[in-house]
Amino acid sequence: MTCGPHGPGSGSGSDAGTTATLDHTHLALVGSPNSGKTTLFNALTGLRAKTGNYPGVTVSRYEGRVEVDGQQVLLEDLPGTYSLDAISPDEQIVSDVLDPGDPTTVTPEGLLVTLDATTLRRSLRMLAQVLHTSVPTCVVLTFTDELYRRQGALDVEALRRALGVPVVAVVGGRRQQLGGLRALMVRPDEWSTPVVLPPTDPTGVTGWIDSVLTSSGYRLPVTDARTQRIDAVLLHPVWGSIVFALTMFAFFQVIFAVAAPLQGYIETFFAFLGDQVDAHVSIDWLASFLSDGILGGVGGVLVFLPQIALLFVLISLMEGVGYMARAAFLMDRVMAGAGLEGRAFVALLSSLACAIPGIMATRTLPSPRDRIATMMGAPLMTCSARLPVYVLLIGLLVDRDARFGPVGAQGVVMFALYLVGALSAMASAWLFSRIGRGTGPLLPFYMEMPPYRVPSLRSVGLAVYDACRGFLRKVAKIILGTTIVLWLLLNLPHPSDAQLRADGVEPSDRAAVSTYVIDHSAGAAVGRFVEPVFEPLGFDWRINVSVLASLSAREVFVATLGQVAAAENPDQPADALEQMTVADGPRAGEPLFTAPVLAALLVFFLYALQCMSTVGVLRRESGSWKWPAIAFGYLFVVAWSMAALTRLVVGAFV
Amino acid sequence: MSVMSFTLGQRRPTPRAVQVTTGSAAPAIPATATGTLAELDCGARARVTGVSGGADPATARRLVDLGFAPGAEVEMVRRAPMADPVVFRVAGYDIALRRMQARCIQVSTTS
Repeated sequence: MTCGPHGPGSGSGSDAGTTATLDHTHLALVGSPNSGKTTLFNALTGLRAKTGNYPGVTVSRYEGRVEVDGQQVLLEDLPGTYSLDAISPDEQIVSDVLDPGDPTTVTPEGLLVTLDATTLRRSLRMLAQVLHTSVPTCVVLTFTDELYRRQGALDVEALRRALGVPVVAVVGGRRQQLGGLRALMVRPDEWSTPVVLPPTDPTGVTGWIDSVLTSSGYRLPVTDARTQRIDAVLLHPVWGSIVFALTMFAFFQVIFAVAAPLQGYIETFFAFLGDQVDAHVSIDWLASFLSDGILGGVGGVLVFLPQIALLFVLISLMEGVGYMARAAFLMDRVMAGAGLEGRAFVALLSSLACAIPGIMATRTLPSPRDRIATMMGAPLMTCSARLPVYVLLIGLLVDRDARFGPVGAQGVVMFALYLVGALSAMASAWLFSRIGRGTGPLLPFYMEMPPYRVPSLRSVGLAVYDACRGFLRKVAKIILGTTIVLWLLLNLPHPSDAQLRADGVEPSDRAAVSTYVIDHSAGAAVGRFVEPVFEPLGFDWRINVSVLASLSAREVFVATLGQVAAAENPDQPADALEQMTVADGPRAGEPLFTAPVLAALLVFFLYALQCMSTVGVLRRESGSWKWPAIAFGYLFVVAWSMAALTRLVVGAFV
Repeated sequence: MSVMSFTLGQRRPTPRAVQVTTGSAAPAIPATATGTLAELDCGARARVTGVSGGADPATARRLVDLGFAPGAEVEMVRRAPMADPVVFRVAGYDIALRRMQARCIQVSTTS
């Protein structure tokens, strides 16, 4: 029964395809969220886990190898679920994998079902469903230590007799205690099976659960006093909201401010390497390719790692402690306005630092529909890469001394851009969750509030490692590839010294040469070619080239514009830009950066998905090219329309 | 008990009950109030009598699987600052439901 084909393939980036061969046993972990399932998986497999996607769906697939006495066990960590009656794609995976009749998935030879001993009355309900799949089953009881601490009682041996399947108690995924479980994992065909299957109707199941719990001497644990005391503060309408605001402020500070110097070190290091290349490679174009193309691309990938690592430290701590559910509880009403649930708040907040960690944070959302809707909104939050662009353009648009009452006008415009970005993100998420809802019934909202627990540092570490590794493996080549392609576009063909002199450019004048190169590059041809498209926004081909270059990272817009304008210092091009005039056409000779054009550019950058790193991470997190393509397309259309509208409106007032 | 603040008058007509609705344990003599989980006050306890998922039977099934099975005892623990969602204690654990889901769960309180 383990030789079925693994899905229709579909090229959805599944790099963890099951290879069910005869030389190892294939087991799967089944359990509800918060039942210690992933902690157990990490303890059993450690760093030998692989991440992939189930074919055709936005569901991550985790599997790892466990070696027991020289025998290999392949362990698959199925998505957490409260029931086998699936209501979401994640849960459908569990139902499909457990159904031997389903041809698209490989049914494992045995199931390890994690049951939280403190919530046995609920979790036995799913076990009753699992037993009906007739796949050999072994129960792994978790949190028995917590059960006893909270004055509950349970006779594990009696529970085993009542259920008729093997029952093993483990505590907190401590590796040394897993010996008994590991020994069992090798021979699922020898596990005992229940003599009589539990009933299937709800009332019958309730009776079955009552009799199982009675015969195994189960006493429901008292409510966790510690959790109640903490909740009384953290969920208090006033104190809870204050703590929440402070927590989120600290959270944002860490990924925004603490990550910044680390990113600075990475950038400095790669700039240093680039200088070394420039100093030692005498062929100009090769030095530029190595330092700007290759090193720039690698640096452009690594610069995201501090934010990703810090984000996942914070998220897995919040999840592990149990605060994530509380934060989501407090924010749920607000986020429901955007058709989302409370947990999406953390993802959108992270996107204020950068959309990359923001989109990766959508992993905390249980519903794939919410995940997609949040991913579609996240790129609209004003990320830190937009800041240099906004600062430059606002500096040109609004006079430094202009004031709206007591506040500077420049600050007001900046604030308006942040506000419009956030509102647009919410509107977009609302729209996409509406569209998603059209294809299925409204998912009921429920969220377990787990007791506060001390998080396992091992799980935190693994979550960080997994996130960084996944980013490097799946997104690095997209970022690196974009950087190299853009370098080629903006630097080829490379003129000879004779050509330069013939056109009156002194080859030793670096600024003039770099302007000449970009003016005659393939990218300039592209910029001229798309000029009619951007004409209604007032962009000429030079702005188009800079917009094109900013696809590698938005802040590149500033330096490229500087290069085009032959600014003495391309990173501070404001003065040179003010002098720029329209080169040809009916407006020839007039200033290029007029107020309507500047406003249109600002709005364009507010909406457009000018960031191939975001496209790459969307590809990774959604499992296919479909969603990044949709995101890029709809954001371009919105950006173009809003920018054209802005130019008209501002033009009417100036 | 102060549970009687939860009144008969507010009861919404519930659409078809998908799973088993009422148990046979309808008490004869003590005053029994019935309503939905959404009407419970903070700290109030009630017993689930049935679950209907509104238009969606899958919702009803899921609520039963989460522990809101007929016969289960539920306590309303707290409301979020903006009144929604609400935390309930059922089957030995705490779970937050939006009011829309809480309205799918019929309960009775005995005084």
